[in-house]
Amino acid sequence: MPSPSAYVAPFASGGSAPIDPELARRLLSTALSQGGDYADLFFEYVVSGTYALEERILKSASRAVSMGLGVRVLKGDATGFAYVQELTPEAMTGAARTAAQIAASGAKVAPVAFRAPKVGERYQPRLATFDVLGETKRDLLLRADAAARAADARVIRVEASLNEELREILIATSDGKLAADRQPMLRFTVRVIAEQNGKRQSGSSSGGGRVGLEYFDGKSVEQHAREAVRHALVMLDARESPAGELPVVLAPGESGILLHEAVGHGLEADFNRKGTSNYTGQIGQRVASDLCTVVDDGTLFASRGSINIDDEGNEPGSATLIEKGILVAYMHDQHSAGFFKTSPSGNGRRESFASRPLPRMTNTMLLGGEHDPEEILRSVKRGIYASKFGGGQVDISNGDFVFSLTEGYLIEDGKLTAPLKGVNLIGNGPEVMRRVDMLGTDFALSDGMWTCGKNGQSVPVGVGCPTIKLSAVTVGGTQAG
Amino acid sequence: MSRYDTDALLALAGSIVDRALAAGATVAEAVAGEERHLSAKVRMREPELVEEAGSRSVGLRVMLGQQVAATYTSDLTEGGISRFVADALELARLSQPDPFAGPPDPSLLCKPSELPDLDLFDESVDSIDAARGLQMALAAEAAALGLDSRLNNSEGASVSRQSGASAIVTSGGFRAARRGTYASIVVSPVADDDDGKKRVGYYWSSRRHLAELMAPEAVGEEAGRRTLAKLGSRKLDTQEVPVIFDPDSGRSLLGLLASCVTGGSVWRKSSYLAERLGTAVASELVTVVDDPLIARAPGSQPYDGEGLRARKNVVVERGTLSSFLLDSYSARKLDMQSTASAARGSSGGVSAGTSNLFLQPGTISPEALLRETDKAFYVTGMMGFGFNAVTGDFSRGASGFWVERGERVFPVSEVTVSLNFDELLKSIDAVANDLDLRTSISTPTFRVRAMTVAGK
Repeated sequence: MPSPSAYVAPFASGGSAPIDPELARRLLSTALSQGGDYADLFFEYVVSGTYALEERILKSASRAVSMGLGVRVLKGDATGFAYVQELTPEAMTGAARTAAQIAASGAKVAPVAFRAPKVGERYQPRLATFDVLGETKRDLLLRADAAARAADARVIRVEASLNEELREILIATSDGKLAADRQPMLRFTVRVIAEQNGKRQSGSSSGGGRVGLEYFDGKSVEQHAREAVRHALVMLDARESPAGELPVVLAPGESGILLHEAVGHGLEADFNRKGTSNYTGQIGQRVASDLCTVVDDGTLFASRGSINIDDEGNEPGSATLIEKGILVAYMHDQHSAGFFKTSPSGNGRRESFASRPLPRMTNTMLLGGEHDPEEILRSVKRGIYASKFGGGQVDISNGDFVFSLTEGYLIEDGKLTAPLKGVNLIGNGPEVMRRVDMLGTDFALSDGMWTCGKNGQSVPVGVGCPTIKLSAVTVGGTQAG
Repeated sequence: MSRYDTDALLALAGSIVDRALAAGATVAEAVAGEERHLSAKVRMREPELVEEAGSRSVGLRVMLGQQVAATYTSDLTEGGISRFVADALELARLSQPDPFAGPPDPSLLCKPSELPDLDLFDESVDSIDAARGLQMALAAEAAALGLDSRLNNSEGASVSRQSGASAIVTSGGFRAARRGTYASIVVSPVADDDDGKKRVGYYWSSRRHLAELMAPEAVGEEAGRRTLAKLGSRKLDTQEVPVIFDPDSGRSLLGLLASCVTGGSVWRKSSYLAERLGTAVASELVTVVDDPLIARAPGSQPYDGEGLRARKNVVVERGTLSSFLLDSYSARKLDMQSTASAARGSSGGVSAGTSNLFLQPGTISPEALLRETDKAFYVTGMMGFGFNAVTGDFSRGASGFWVERGERVFPVSEVTVSLNFDELLKSIDAVANDLDLRTSISTPTFRVRAMTVAGK
């Protein structure tokens, strides 16, 4: 077996082409040579792997190595951006020259001396996946398969996959930051199809985070397998959903994705800088019912959305965005913080060296309230209980959103009755947040499975919330009237 | 002369295949790709972004008998490549024998003399530099914002160009390279609505040949008109009503059909159409074709991802499911023939996919279709992901217009449209003639007899 430690970023110390501060300074000077106000270098080296089981065998295994340097130059509101994959001095200098051209004139700024910002230690995988033999990962997948098939005879297909990633980054900025981080990621998924009387339904379970294989000590592959089977079997009995405006109760944890879409994106400061968000100019105003406090926190230990340092070298924090219904802050990257004359909130994130940083969420949470979750359910005469989400989308300009449920139930007289299929929730973020009229005491963070897309860039995020009651939401089912 | 040296890419892919075979692989297939792009974006009449970059990468699929693995790297140093080949072999040893794995049937491989010229590369695309890109974007945005004073903000206008080349070499004897270009322009103005909501709209043009790209001003004006048309949007009452899909929203429906007829979902039985070959799956007005051989079209390709000669496949013929889209693996799983529909990603993996998939246009104009409609919800935008391929359950967010007596009466947002996909395709009762191959999956305007619209 080749030693897993053979994966070393070439730019890291001990790598094949280490970047010393002097070289970084020279590249930044080139980037600023046409009169730019600010420049940064983002070196990235990512090793990722996927092990995929289906039809009872580890059918495919793959690995990818991606590396490069992104150079960004800011001049006023304009950005010059270039990247290269080849980390030779000539190639890197070429990228710095290309990015420099956004500034055609202006006083030349020199990069200031580097200092290292404080970098947290928010992920310490005990069994880092790349240090573990492939056979061990294969066994985890085979165990998941066996557990799903043993759980119920109606299971006709099992797919399981394990994704691992290690992302090394090095950031150097003309305002003097020099920071590095190594970010691990694990994601595990089981998906099953169950069949009964010719009807088929799928069910799934996923989880992970910035963790190693010790993740499975907390939630075993067997638990994931049984959860996926439970989900598929419930859906076999699902019936058509009612359509129209109804009260909706959201389950704790996973439903945080609704909050992420319904309000989170609108609070990313780039949209507000441009005046294209529905939350533009509303700092200090009521944007949600007074039960709602929304926090974005990149510092949680080992969570999927956590970071030691953001992709612009700024420290993440725990920022309250909405406090008791009042909008108090946006999420910032370097650029938007400059515009709003505030400090960056550590939300500058990018998919890779080949994309620009944008204000992005980390772990976004609606904090818990004072109601017993049972009492919340009992308060609904006829409505929908949403427990698993397939995904959602929002129109940032006005807050209109759509979510599809992969598991939901009819609530009748305060009790969950029939499982429902084909349910969508559609609404408007600010309106729905005003309709939060009960919050449970049962706050939970979702298991690490969500990826957020914005401007074509995907980044891992965390979400969390308690049981939430919304007095009325439009339910897109098939049964009109 | 093109800047792309396809001989060098072929040599790189060939050397990777040789190394993998020397390391013990019984089958090795390598892709080498190269790409360059520029995007220039303006917002509120000022430059916002100039991005320019290029990249190169290699992907490899190996088999050790019937054990399969794939690797990818953009680290093209000697150390990077040798690690990438060694990883592929290591992972293949870890994977378990799959009785259906194997290379494609050599007799179906495209021969060099059979390679069609699909005219996918336009030298002039690469001539757009940052200054010209910004100038085109400025003209496009100005045309949008100048249309009406209510268009008082903007998400910006961008002009992008992309060009690239890729080479495939396989141990089965296939060896070919191809090049392509793409230019596009998109404008996205914002207007304030009376209820305090912001409405963002957009329009875009995208072509392989620069000369065919719409004029920036025309794209901007259309984007402006579309944004203004959204002002005053409201919900509909929950009801069952005919629904018309314009080409932008129709395309996403056809994309869902694509996910149900491509090999992977068929042999996995994760498609509601898995056992429906030869049966009626749509109304007689529906003919769906996948054709990779259309000159200058976005999804065209002379050969598929495994090197098979590309061919036109009729997927649905007058309502009957006539063919799935298969690569060699899914064909073997289903005991059928490959339809030359293999797609090979830059990362080396192979699966069945589409090329240019479209709904065959009808004879009436979209205006005439609208005029003959008494009442309908006319969908111009869709949101969300509410589709279950296993059951065909479909429910998605939609926006557009309310139609009465053949006229658009008011704009609509914040509703969903729902109907099981099987019924939806069977309920298509009109197909217009406005097919435009702007995207690799495309439809003309069409109408569904009745769907549940959920709103107030």
